[in-house]
Amino acid sequence: MAIGVKVLPRPGREVSYVRATLKGMALTFKHMFEKKVTMQYPEEKSTDAEHGSGRWSLSPRWRGTHRMLTDEQGRSKCVACGLCPQICPANCIKLVPGEDEQGNRYPLIYEIDEFRCVFCGYCQEVCPEEAIHVGVHYENSEYTRGRFVYDLERLSSQTHAVSTLWDPTDPKGE
Amino acid sequence: MKGYLLLSVIKMLLVFTVLMVGVALLTLMERKVSAWMQNRRGPNRVGPAGLLQPAADGLKNILKEETFPVLANRWLFLLAPALSFIPALLLFAVIPFGAPLPVDFDFTLGPLGRFVHHGPMPLVVADLPIGFLFVLAISSMGVYGIALAGWASNSKYALLGGLRACAQMVSYEVPMGLSLIPVLLLSGNVSLSAIIHEQQLGLWYVLPLFLSFFIFFISGFAETNRLPFDLPEAESELIAGYHTEYSAMKFSFFFIAEYSNVVTVCAMVTTLFFGGWDIPFTHWDESGGVLQSLATSGLFFLKVMFWIFFVMWIRWTLPRFRYDQLMALGWKVLLPLALAYIMVICVAIYAINRYTGWTDPVMRGLGLFGLNVLIAVLVFGLLDRNVFVRGSARQRRALQARAQRAPVVT
Repeated sequence: MAIGVKVLPRPGREVSYVRATLKGMALTFKHMFEKKVTMQYPEEKSTDAEHGSGRWSLSPRWRGTHRMLTDEQGRSKCVACGLCPQICPANCIKLVPGEDEQGNRYPLIYEIDEFRCVFCGYCQEVCPEEAIHVGVHYENSEYTRGRFVYDLERLSSQTHAVSTLWDPTDPKGE
Repeated sequence: MKGYLLLSVIKMLLVFTVLMVGVALLTLMERKVSAWMQNRRGPNRVGPAGLLQPAADGLKNILKEETFPVLANRWLFLLAPALSFIPALLLFAVIPFGAPLPVDFDFTLGPLGRFVHHGPMPLVVADLPIGFLFVLAISSMGVYGIALAGWASNSKYALLGGLRACAQMVSYEVPMGLSLIPVLLLSGNVSLSAIIHEQQLGLWYVLPLFLSFFIFFISGFAETNRLPFDLPEAESELIAGYHTEYSAMKFSFFFIAEYSNVVTVCAMVTTLFFGGWDIPFTHWDESGGVLQSLATSGLFFLKVMFWIFFVMWIRWTLPRFRYDQLMALGWKVLLPLALAYIMVICVAIYAINRYTGWTDPVMRGLGLFGLNVLIAVLVFGLLDRNVFVRGSARQRRALQARAQRAPVVT
């Protein structure tokens, strides 16, 4: 025996082709005169002051390419403690520590391979000196692959804003 | 004779240039309209407001590599774009695009001899006495290009696209041709100039022959493979259908052919049902003169543009048909409808001639218009899904009765 077919009595306005077509056409026509949602990218950016807070603002969880903060004398805040290469899950941070005459540790080599980086933000979280940060930044084009290994000088000379690592237990950052 | 030749060549160049530039700009218009309907801006980087985008696209397509599938039939593969491109351009030759332009010249050009022309020059490349029969004949040639493209590519997607295109275009040619018979009945002539003249005397044929317009326009969508009938190229099913394997300028030729077919269908709709270049409610436009020619050409352009916009509007509103729905619409709905409509119009014209003394074409048109309102209400009422297409009321009642007897299995 054939299975029972459930037939729903539906009002004409729900199954009418003509009505549906006209309704759809009215809808698309109305949309032609609505406000456009396109962001004119090179002219308007999410990181702009005027657009950054509105519709196109970046997520508070955004983690972009790194930036090394410096102190007043322009030296990097990094003390080469070795925590960030230790915690880095992608193993993309290369750190060779050095020590000056006063016994202050500083990085001889500090390189981040941005291609290997998974932008988890652990380096920023673990850093005791608040030196290394992930940035609020997304324009990273380069002409060669080699340029994506950021050395200490490059990291220190970045000027973009840094991420305020978003905490899921405190979503508003209070 | 030489004067006539000279004028013909000028008209050919004019129509060809306007059509090619227009088609290029239509690709931009299509993208703009789609963007606006989706709350976007559309291409606006190349040139002011994106106006040079078609030029950039064309340049890109010329510079691209021409690819040939290894096992493709090379000659047919090369022939196919030309075969779909030529009929598309040929069609526009018979469409009058303005009131006759008075031209008078008589000059001698060195060894070429004397060029003479006096009197009004019809603004149409070739005012063929066979009129829209030529359009129907040539437009069915377009299917060869598409079918050959599908076959010669030696690719499954292209073959399926070509097969679909064949079946679809052959199916819809029938209601398209039949829908024009009422026009012939009413005007008594197939020549497009004569049809426009008849509409100037009476009403635009969209009023007395509304259903013909409806069937012709729907078939026109199907003939040009535009959405909602774009099954031959159906991106989501067949990648690009019959032109999957084509690249560079050969691909562009298919594109140009599609858009010039759209232009032709819209021009045909305008000519057959919306008075062609006629300016309504006045007879000033028929008095002859340069200004009249310009004004009527402008109005013809506006009318065609409106229908092109309408085609795009439909494209970005309606989803694609399923293949069986497409065939059902063509053979089970449009064909009987067109046949029945011919009968009705025949009887109506006979009745008007026999029982009423109306000789004024406006009066006859209004009489038919009254009949058409009735028919339109009936057709759109009955054809709607719940009554006719989805299955008869009896079948539905039977299903309901069975559903009540048997427990519903879900």
